[in-house]
Amino acid sequence: MTLDTNLGHVTSAAELNELISSNENVMVCCGRMGPMCVPVYDSMEELEKSGKYDNVVFKDMLFDHPEAAVIRNLPECRNFRGLPFTIYYKNGKVAKATSSIQSKEQIETILKEVF
Amino acid sequence: MKTFDSIIIGAGPAGLTAGIYLARAKQKVLIIDKGMGGGQVILTHAVANYPGVPETFGYKLASEMKKQAADFGCRILPNKEISSMDLKGKVKTVTAEGETYEAASVILAVGGKPRTLGLESEKKFQGTGISYCATCDGDFFTGEDIVVVGGGNSALEEAVSLTQYAKSVTIVHQFDHFQAYAHAIKAAEDNPKVSFIMESVIEEFLGDETLTGIRVKNKKTGESATIEATGAFIFIGYVPSTEPFEGIINLNDRKEILTNEDMATSVAGVFAAGDVRAKKFRQITTAVSDGTIAALSAMDYMHGPDPDKI
Repeated sequence: MTLDTNLGHVTSAAELNELISSNENVMVCCGRMGPMCVPVYDSMEELEKSGKYDNVVFKDMLFDHPEAAVIRNLPECRNFRGLPFTIYYKNGKVAKATSSIQSKEQIETILKEVF
Repeated sequence: MKTFDSIIIGAGPAGLTAGIYLARAKQKVLIIDKGMGGGQVILTHAVANYPGVPETFGYKLASEMKKQAADFGCRILPNKEISSMDLKGKVKTVTAEGETYEAASVILAVGGKPRTLGLESEKKFQGTGISYCATCDGDFFTGEDIVVVGGGNSALEEAVSLTQYAKSVTIVHQFDHFQAYAHAIKAAEDNPKVSFIMESVIEEFLGDETLTGIRVKNKKTGESATIEATGAFIFIGYVPSTEPFEGIINLNDRKEILTNEDMATSVAGVFAAGDVRAKKFRQITTAVSDGTIAALSAMDYMHGPDPDKI
């Protein structure tokens, strides 16, 4: 159960924990293949390919995967009511979280701000 | 300066179709988009009425169109903001992020963007109560009271679709009648979970961290009332993205580009296609049709007899 994107996928809570503990900067977009989510995945793919953010690991996770509760239940997401949930982890901790669609420009602003 | 035969601004169905036709005719084509491309199609969950294609996701159809255009040789530049352009002369120039491109013809297929209410409180609750996509976010409001703003087909159809999750759906519309098709109005009227507040506008979205209520003003009486609601879905149409062309290309009073039946604009060698054009019906199929005609007209313009010599 993964998303139909060219990003690397996170498929379990254990995998996510390993990822954020072994990488300083991680961005995970948790959503579905819906209209508000796909543009975010596309932007992430482009940012990953650009080489400008080699210090960041870009991943996605299927929102409806039972293991995605690790993101759905984050305190930072308790008021979120729009897909996707996008989480920016710095040194294993949530540095920023956004709800709903974000433009590439908005994502880059956050990447520069938190990483 | 990089030279092309044709520059297409906008990579939705109209722009990509124009690109496919031009590139297949061995023209050198550049397609620039300020976003990721795909146009409004990627905002459509399921597309069921595109001939020859069984029901598919909007993003998949857009992705196939992009791939097809690229495979025919179109150079597609996503996420490029155009800073200046000169469309008047025989050689048109477009500058994006410090790079200038020139071409003999330009096709404007920039589409539109969802219209917002423009309220400060609307921005505050985007993602925490306010949504523009029922299929994406409807299930976050299961068992709750929500509002749909708008009176066209999208508003009424999405309101009915949201009743599968919400406890109640109140449609707020500014006029005393709907602009939707009769079957969409009937489906909403027949649904026991749907109620209506007509001739009213949204004054403010209320709440602290999440949306808890909406203040609505009746246009006729001037009275305001607060509706308790934890969600609001806004479907009030689209606005054409024509700001950069004002004063350059003839627009109508709704800021849509005026064209003739060949998709030619008021400027020689500049064509328009898709939702950005003044027209009645906006569908993927009509955008594709516009793109085809614009491409063939651009070919005529570039390679037909010189009108100055006839």
